[in-house]
Amino acid sequence: MESMAAQAIFYVVAALVLASALYVVLGSNLVHAAFALVAAFFGVAVFYVYLGADFLAGAQVLIYVGGILTLLLFGVMLTNRIYDLKIRTGKVQVLPGALASGLVFALLIWIIGAVDWGAMDTGDPGPSSEPLGRLLVGDYVLAFEIASVLLLIALMGAAMLVRRRSGS
Amino acid sequence: MITRFRQVEMRLMGPLTAIPIVLAVAVLGTIAALPVLAMVISELTQDFIPPGLQHLVTVAVGCAGFIGILALNPIYAIWLERKVAAHVQDRLGPMRVGWHGLLQSFADGIKLLFKEDLVPKNADPVLFRAAPMLAIVSAFAAFAIVPWGVRSDGAVLAVADLNIGVLYFVAITSLGALSVLMAGWGSNNKYALYGGMRAAAQMVSYEIPTAILVLLVVAQVGTLSIPEIVAAQEGGFLGIGDWLIFQMFPLNLIGFVLFFICGLAETNRTPFDIPEAESELVAGFHTEYSGMRFAFFFLAEYGNMLLVSMLAALMFLGGWVGPFGSNPLLLFVKGFGLVVVQMWLRWTLPRLRVDQLMAVCWKYVIPISFFLLLVVAGVRGVGAGW
Repeated sequence: MESMAAQAIFYVVAALVLASALYVVLGSNLVHAAFALVAAFFGVAVFYVYLGADFLAGAQVLIYVGGILTLLLFGVMLTNRIYDLKIRTGKVQVLPGALASGLVFALLIWIIGAVDWGAMDTGDPGPSSEPLGRLLVGDYVLAFEIASVLLLIALMGAAMLVRRRSGS
Repeated sequence: MITRFRQVEMRLMGPLTAIPIVLAVAVLGTIAALPVLAMVISELTQDFIPPGLQHLVTVAVGCAGFIGILALNPIYAIWLERKVAAHVQDRLGPMRVGWHGLLQSFADGIKLLFKEDLVPKNADPVLFRAAPMLAIVSAFAAFAIVPWGVRSDGAVLAVADLNIGVLYFVAITSLGALSVLMAGWGSNNKYALYGGMRAAAQMVSYEIPTAILVLLVVAQVGTLSIPEIVAAQEGGFLGIGDWLIFQMFPLNLIGFVLFFICGLAETNRTPFDIPEAESELVAGFHTEYSGMRFAFFFLAEYGNMLLVSMLAALMFLGGWVGPFGSNPLLLFVKGFGLVVVQMWLRWTLPRLRVDQLMAVCWKYVIPISFFLLLVVAGVRGVGAGW
C-alpha cells in the first residue's frame, strides 16, 4: 500500500469520487447525475479495497451499482416527459441546504479529529468473507435477522401496493 | 402433426449433424492455443525463474489467455454464429472470404472500422459515447478473475486470483445493465429507450437467481475463490465423477441448467433478447449505433457469452479438471461447447414475450433456485453435524 503507484491511484480515485459526488449535488441534468453517482459508488468500492475489505467492495458494487442505481435510473426514465432528453432539477433552498450540509461536515471533521481510531497497520488483513460470515450468523445474528425481516416487509408492501384489487 | 414434429426435430438436429460446425469448434479450440502455449512455457521455465518473479509470470500467463479471448473470440464467435444460423436454416452461411468464410469476420471488422462515426444530432453526446465503452469494460473486466488453470507447482494462472472471485463476477456483470440503460437513454430514440428499459428490468431480475445459484455452489464448496471451487471438483470416477454437476443428483444438474438460463438472460440472448427484439424495437438499445461503437456492443455481447459459459464450466463442469488430468484446453473446450449450445438455442427457440420473461424469472427460476439452495444448505448442515 506504500508504493507510489498505489498512492497515485488512491488520489486519482479520490478526486473522481469527489468530482462525481459534486456533480450529483450541483449538476442539473438528472440522468447525468445518476450516472455520476455510479462513479462515486464505484470509487467508494475502491476505497474498501484499499482498506482490505474485499467482500465489502464486491458487495458495494453488486448492491449499489448493480441494484440500487439501476432501479434509480429505471425510475428516472419512467417519470413524466420521457421523450425529453433534458430532465432538469432546479436549485431550491440553497442557503438552508448549505447550512445543514456544512454543519454535518463540521461534525464529521470534529469526530474524525476527536476519536482515537487506533490505526491498524498490520499489512494485508487477508480474506474478510469468512470472518464476516461467521460474525453475521454468530454474534450479530439478531441484527441480521431483523434486517432480513425488514426487507421482507418492504417486499410484501411493494407487492401489496402494485397489486390489482379485484372488483375495482 | 407428424410433419411439424419432424420439422422441429430437423431444426434441433441440424447443427449437430453439420460437419462444418464440428470443424468450427476445432477452429475455436485453436483460440485456446495462446493460453495453453503460455502455460506450457511457464511450466518449462518455472525452475529457472527466481521466486520473486513467479507471481509476475503467472499473471502474465493469465493475461495471455485474456488477450487470446479478447482478440480472437468475438471474430470467430460471430463467424460461428452465422454458420450455426445458416445450418439451422438449411443454408451455407458465409462461404466466400477464406475457407468456408473463415476470414469473413475480419473483413467485416475492417469495414466497421472505416465506417463513418455517427452521433445523432439530438442524442446526449456524453452518454451516447460512454455507453459502448462501459459495455466493453464490464464484459472484459470480468475476465480478470477467470483462471485458466493451475501449474504443477500449484500457482494459479489468472490475471487476478481473488478470494472473492465469484462475487466479483456477479458484481462486474451488473455493470452491463447500466451500459445498456446508458445507450438507450443517450440515443434519445424511443425504440432505443424501450430496449434499454427492458434490458434493465431483465438484467436486474435475472441477477437475483444468478447470485443465488452462485451461492448454491459456494454453499457446497465453502469458498468464493474460483480456483478452490475447481480444486474441490478434482478426482472421482474417470476424473469427472466429482464435478459439481454430478453431485447430489439431480439438484446440481437443475442448478446448472438454471444458471445457464440466467446466463442467456443476462447476455440478452434469444430466447431472452427482447431488449433488441427486431420485430418490435428495430434494434433495441443499439438502434442508433453504427461503425465501431456498434461493434463494441457486439464484442461485449460475445465476450459476455463466453464469460457466462466459462463460469458455468468452472463452477459446475469442473473447469480445467477432466478425464485426462487438468489442462486449460479442457476449460476452453467446455466454455466454447456451451457457447455453441447458446447459439444452437438462439436459432431454435422463439423469443419470449416481456411478461413471459418476467414470469419465467420470478415464478419459476427464483423459487426453484431458492429451494435448491435451501436443500443443499440443509444437507451440508446435517453433514457438518448441526
